[in-house]
Amino acid sequence: MTALRSQSHLKELEDEGIYIMREVAAQFERPVLLFSGGKDSIVMFHLALKAFYPGKVPFPLMHVDTGHNFSETIEFRDRLVEKYGVDLIIGSVQESIDEGRVEEETGPDASRNALQTVTLLDTLKKHQVDAALGGGRRDEEKARAKERFFSHRDIFGQWDPKNQRPELWNLYNGRKKPGENFRVFPISNWTEMDVWQYIAQEEIEIPSIYFAHERRVFNRRGVWLADTEFINKMDDEEVITKVVRFRTIGDATCTGAVVSEASNMEDIIQEVASARETERGTRHDDKRSETAMEDRKKQGYF
Amino acid sequence: MSNSNTDNAYLNMDMLRFTTAGSVDDGKSTLIGRLLYDSKSIFEDQMEAIEKTSKSSGEEEVNLALLTDGLKAEREQKITIDVAYRYFATPKRKFIIADTPGHTQYTRNMVTGASTADLAIILVDASKGILTQSRRHAFISSLLRIPHLVVAVNKMDLVDYNESVFDEIVKDFEEFARKLDVSDVTFIPISALKGDNVVDKSENMSWYNGSTLLHHLETVKVDAADNVLDFRFPVQYVIRPGMHFRGFSGQVASGHVRPGDEIMALPSGISSKVKELVTRDGNLEIANPRDSVAITLEDEIDISRGDMIVRKDNVPTIRNEFEAFLCWMNERELDVTKQYILQHTSRQVQVFIEEIYYRMNVDTLSREDAHELKLNEIGRVRLKTSQSLFFDPYQINQKTGSFIIIDPTTNVTVGAGMIRAGSTRSKNVDVEEAKDLVSPNVTWEPWNISRQEREHRNGHRAKVLWFTGISGAGKSTIAKVLEQKLWEQKKQTILLDGDQVRHGLNGDLGFSAKDRKENIRRVGHLARLFFEHGNIVLCTFISPYANDRAFVRSLFEEEPDFIEVHITCDPKTAQERDPKGLYARAAAGEITGLTGYDAEYEAPMSAEITINTDKMSVEKAVAAIMEMIA
Ligand SMILES: Nc1nc2c(ncn2[C@@H]2O[C@H](COP(=O)(O)OP(=O)(O)O)[C@@H](O)[C@H]2O)c(=O)[nH]1
Repeated sequence: MTALRSQSHLKELEDEGIYIMREVAAQFERPVLLFSGGKDSIVMFHLALKAFYPGKVPFPLMHVDTGHNFSETIEFRDRLVEKYGVDLIIGSVQESIDEGRVEEETGPDASRNALQTVTLLDTLKKHQVDAALGGGRRDEEKARAKERFFSHRDIFGQWDPKNQRPELWNLYNGRKKPGENFRVFPISNWTEMDVWQYIAQEEIEIPSIYFAHERRVFNRRGVWLADTEFINKMDDEEVITKVVRFRTIGDATCTGAVVSEASNMEDIIQEVASARETERGTRHDDKRSETAMEDRKKQGYF
Repeated sequence: MSNSNTDNAYLNMDMLRFTTAGSVDDGKSTLIGRLLYDSKSIFEDQMEAIEKTSKSSGEEEVNLALLTDGLKAEREQKITIDVAYRYFATPKRKFIIADTPGHTQYTRNMVTGASTADLAIILVDASKGILTQSRRHAFISSLLRIPHLVVAVNKMDLVDYNESVFDEIVKDFEEFARKLDVSDVTFIPISALKGDNVVDKSENMSWYNGSTLLHHLETVKVDAADNVLDFRFPVQYVIRPGMHFRGFSGQVASGHVRPGDEIMALPSGISSKVKELVTRDGNLEIANPRDSVAITLEDEIDISRGDMIVRKDNVPTIRNEFEAFLCWMNERELDVTKQYILQHTSRQVQVFIEEIYYRMNVDTLSREDAHELKLNEIGRVRLKTSQSLFFDPYQINQKTGSFIIIDPTTNVTVGAGMIRAGSTRSKNVDVEEAKDLVSPNVTWEPWNISRQEREHRNGHRAKVLWFTGISGAGKSTIAKVLEQKLWEQKKQTILLDGDQVRHGLNGDLGFSAKDRKENIRRVGHLARLFFEHGNIVLCTFISPYANDRAFVRSLFEEEPDFIEVHITCDPKTAQERDPKGLYARAAAGEITGLTGYDAEYEAPMSAEITINTDKMSVEKAVAAIMEMIA
């Protein structure tokens, strides 16, 4: 009589993620999946493959490209698009700069991270996107702890923390007025550890820079940054070669590497398990102010 | 998180979702901070950040409460205003905490957090005892049917870790919880600040032999709220990659299904057989609650989002008029003349909330007359939808018994509802039919001597106490002692018992669902007659079906003197007691359809009083009921 649920936490998180994917496909007309080439967006895409199997993923990927990429990420992205035959929309920060929509930052800490918001919103608007699937997780940062699965954005793409809809049971309300849209976070309930464990369990391919490799880096205020053409180094910043890997993948100007020998999934999980810092701790952009993330969020960046 | 094991232990980890509730300053943030900290779920950079913040606001110790602090505005105002989700894991389990603050928006937040919880922690400040708010938390937990409750008696350090303070709080809470439908309550004395009994066993309370809080969280059963009996599959999205494949995708809401099973699609009513249960990882042999799958069928039938796939021989209620408990969640109050949108499983339909029967005072649990529902208020209402819904009562199936209300002007979610039953007002409700059953050409004749006159002469009011529960729970034992007591007090009483009425009056009835229903129908009217005669009528009937009990209640609808008494105990205890030898006979295969053994018992959702005879003696139970009817 009793058919017991044979579920591990990963299975339950996966089933929930798939459920959200299908709700998005059913409730919206023009969804996209925001794809950065990072592990969270790769996991999201994996869930989308499962949600619509044996059909194709019924929405395109969208990449907001700062132009400051690690080449490994872009190669990975293009291979994936080719393999699964999905459409890719690219929003280019460089174009936003060229069109005068935003102004490039200057100085040593110049980053295109803040500029991304404008490009993102412009691209969503241009393609009349009504739901953008994001890989945000509630464990990432305090400001995200109260985020909804279905996060409503006003016509300016802004998020009002006071005006979010209560979410009960598994009933997600995606109703909106013309011009408004949603950010949807199917892996809200996952932690960094869950993501890594899931990647290992499912044997999902991820970009090589997540694994230990030799790279030319320099240290800025405790963060190891890759030496790339996109960063203005200061005179006293010395470039050395170190074995490192990345815990998150973002704009090359502000994503810090960790010194690590972890060269396979098992090592990485081991390392995450004993980590003493949150993954965002390696993100230079969050260190600027204690509420940095929240401020960016209100403006529309995730 | 340094204690998460890497040797593939995670593959066997499961997940527990719990909610925390407490009044302001009961120590909820401190407790969550303590759980995260002691389970080593806090990273150095987070710790540094809160150390810095603690220092800059002039606090001496690191304030663990800061860990769970969310948005900027709140940090500035030092308050939290919404449900926040936190995560931590031990080698045994992953935990999701829905942290609901105890401020103004309280009910709304708690209902939201509770809707997905397997367990609720209710914090009580040992130095203050049970407050109104604690009662409210317990009521909402029982209304939302969270399977496990933990009453964490905090700040034991402030009362010298005194056992009697703890005992007193346990007693107070149990007293109150009797009115609720909660089956599993655990009391744990803790100090969130000092860490006693949170993760590590306290050295200051040797008198306490139970689990620490974390140990309890790690071992409590996780899927207690899942309905594994009734297969319900709301279709979310139809997958059609080409001409030859049509998969109906969704997440199993309840029950299970296998290839070859005969199914029926709602609302069309067309039958077919399950062909395959498709996933990208291969076809399944069985799909259980919460599994996300795509179902293909043997026949080509038209099914779309919002439809439901069920078993042919186990169909939900299909109706467009029903009753529910509704929690209002918006500043703009409920408007009974307005058309709203109702979202239920994967459907959205238009709805009128036609009538508010009463408002529940969540602090006193009394019913109040209400013409509107305001933010944070909970009421019993009747709704009418533009199309029929396929639902089960919430107490039987949370997935098909829950809904939200959306305001079409703002698109905001303004209400959350739990379906009780099909409305007694709608035309084809069996309850209503049975109640109004009249022989041809007969008109009602008023009683010669009114009940009021009889009550006056007897010196007490007439009442009906309806004892429900599985065989062996203790209904008759308690009712007999109670009647004796009432008799000694010179009250006019009668005890109606199942085995009695099945001699003679109901001797023509068996134990099929239909006969059980008829049995209860007749007994209901019999009770009504004795009631009109001024008696305190004690009825002890298993009465397993919520609908049948709803019928009996409907006979006394205008009467405050109908009291449903739910007598419950662990089914194992009942089987051991086995006063009538029924379980033994069922086990030997001599009888089938025994409630609590191989037939279902639908536990009451809002009995006036619930007594768990595992935990309460007959004397205490009788005293509790006496107090209630005094
Ligand atoms: N003595 C003592 N104080 C506590 C305990 N738990 C919390 N507190 C204090 O009670 C106050 C309120 O705690 P907090 O966690 O912010 O309460 P919340 O409003 O429920 O989140 C703070 O000053 C805490 O330090 C405890 O177990 N013992």
